[in-house]
Amino acid sequence: MITLDKITKTYNKGQVEAVKEVSLEVKPGELFGLIGPDGAGKTTIFRILTTLLLADKGTATVNGFDVVKDYVKIRNSVGYMPGRFSLYQDLTIEENLHFFATVFGTTIEANYDLIKDIYQQIEPFKDRRAGKLSGGMKQKLALCCALIHKPAVLFLDEPTTGVDVVSRKEFWEMLGRLKNEGITILVSTPYMDEATRCDRIALIQKGSILSVDEPEGIIRNFPVELFAVHAANTHRLLKEVRGYEGTDSCFAFGDALHVTFKGAVVADGQGKSAAGGQGEASGLLPYLRAKGLEDVRMEKITPGIEDCFINLLKN
Amino acid sequence: MKQLLTFIRKEFLHVFRDRKTLLMLFGLPIAQIVLFGFALSNEIKDSRIALVDYSKDAVTTRLIGKIESSHYFDIRRSLASGQQLDAAFKRGDIKMAVIFPQGFGDDLIHTGKATLQVIADASDPNQATTITNYLEQIVTDYNAELASNAPQPMQIVPEMQMLYNPELRGAPNFVPGVMALVLMLVCTMMTSVAIVREKELGTMEILLVSPFKPVYIIISKLAPNLLISIVNLFIILLLSDIFLDLPVKGSIVLLVSCSILFILTCLSIGLLLSISAKTQQAAMMGSLMGMMLPTMLLTGFLFPIENMPLPLQVISNLVPSRWYFIIIKRVMLKGLGFGAVWKETLILAGMCTALFAISLRNFKIRLQ
Repeated sequence: MITLDKITKTYNKGQVEAVKEVSLEVKPGELFGLIGPDGAGKTTIFRILTTLLLADKGTATVNGFDVVKDYVKIRNSVGYMPGRFSLYQDLTIEENLHFFATVFGTTIEANYDLIKDIYQQIEPFKDRRAGKLSGGMKQKLALCCALIHKPAVLFLDEPTTGVDVVSRKEFWEMLGRLKNEGITILVSTPYMDEATRCDRIALIQKGSILSVDEPEGIIRNFPVELFAVHAANTHRLLKEVRGYEGTDSCFAFGDALHVTFKGAVVADGQGKSAAGGQGEASGLLPYLRAKGLEDVRMEKITPGIEDCFINLLKN
Repeated sequence: MKQLLTFIRKEFLHVFRDRKTLLMLFGLPIAQIVLFGFALSNEIKDSRIALVDYSKDAVTTRLIGKIESSHYFDIRRSLASGQQLDAAFKRGDIKMAVIFPQGFGDDLIHTGKATLQVIADASDPNQATTITNYLEQIVTDYNAELASNAPQPMQIVPEMQMLYNPELRGAPNFVPGVMALVLMLVCTMMTSVAIVREKELGTMEILLVSPFKPVYIIISKLAPNLLISIVNLFIILLLSDIFLDLPVKGSIVLLVSCSILFILTCLSIGLLLSISAKTQQAAMMGSLMGMMLPTMLLTGFLFPIENMPLPLQVISNLVPSRWYFIIIKRVMLKGLGFGAVWKETLILAGMCTALFAISLRNFKIRLQ
């Protein structure tokens, strides 16, 4: 449904490489996530696919159409929700929706079923101007506007950025329902915890794809065992764990530290059971207690997408 | 078609919901007309002047009576000597002194000619010229009166300090200039922000990734501005007719058609600015700096183009308001028909077509 073949895009006459030789494939009906921090090149990829930018090198197709040659056909058949809230602030919810429905040659009534679940939540405020809506309501309205013409492919660039936790959850539930309607969805997000909601994800950093897989697959491929370490004083704990010579990597996650150890057996990627050993884990607790830290606890945990991301970055 | 209408409706909503801009759009032409028509009028009333009569005869008494009865002057009689006059001028108490020399009436009757001395405060040259003109007018009237009554020719000659300023213009010449200036500014400024605003808001991204054709985007952006400008045009014409006593002498249809052509030309300039500019601010500055000064200076309503150095005269040919100014002067003030303005109309039409074509070509169908 969407393919990218060695797409490269630079800005400022080649000085800034936004996207480097990215190749991807999104299958029909898939909910595909592009996961990466700010500045990773997510928006550039979206703009190339929505025919708004021309790539320096490489080719890409959407729905079988070439993004350069058949740009008019792509523009007629996709839905796009840019990262910035891009609706008219001085128009009301209803006016915005009506405007976009007409521009795309349809009516609100014709595709009401598709947006019903989302639109019902904001319908009580339909006479309110878009500029006066909360972040979550704005995103819901923007999604309605992007969906109103029942696109074959939906591009959502960071739809949940700046949205509260409850709205984010609702938003992802909606995307699940849209997927069931058969719409192919490419979505980007800087929030790693949202990655598990996608069928497949691509981890992207500094314009390059680090890994493409199902979220479970990426987690399964975490090469070594991961431990969470707690202590009363997290700040001191971080310093001491990093000072321990057996520590391979150590990052703070909330009030815990996620730690891997040197000497661990690297997994071959064939399932968790074969995954790496503990390495020099056993020496850490006595070491920390000797340093005078209180309430030290350590347990083995399943890595999250973020752990995988950090691990991939390290290599 | 329905798409286009919806888009145009949306543009109108933008305009009507932005109350501040709307107020400015309609306030500007009214303010300009009032300013140029009334506040900056060359008519000066109740100027303080001194009358010094060394002759005190029948002729001077009649002439003084005429001067007094005009509403232009506020007369101070207490000043008698030359020194007092000098001091009054220095203090700014009087703007002009009219001195009848001794034997004024006798001279007139016996020699048929008498000289009147007029001294004006030239620190404000425009005002000085104007009030001496008023006086000259009164004296001329009196001369005519004398000529019709007396058997032999008699003439009073005012001895002026200043010459008549041929560039001194009144309201009739301001109105066409204001029309050109206002329409030019309103059209280019409004349009210059129209497309760049969508770029800044990010809505352009969505519009581009839609079946909507670029030319429709342009047309929708221009429609409300065209309508507002036409309303403005009628406001100006109405104001100048009612308050400035300047009705349209020629064909109103011709005047309005030519004005619409000029408006379209200005809209195209704004369009080009909007397509080229990166931010609303840049577009606004561009239209202000790039349009205001050339329009003011090179249109010909503040400074006559014939007196400019040749390079400026050549450049002024590129300013659309220059041609429009000629058209309105001929149609509105002189009442001439299409035969008198076809050349200027053709030039405007050419400019308009070229600018619109360039804008359409430069419209970016992608970002960057």
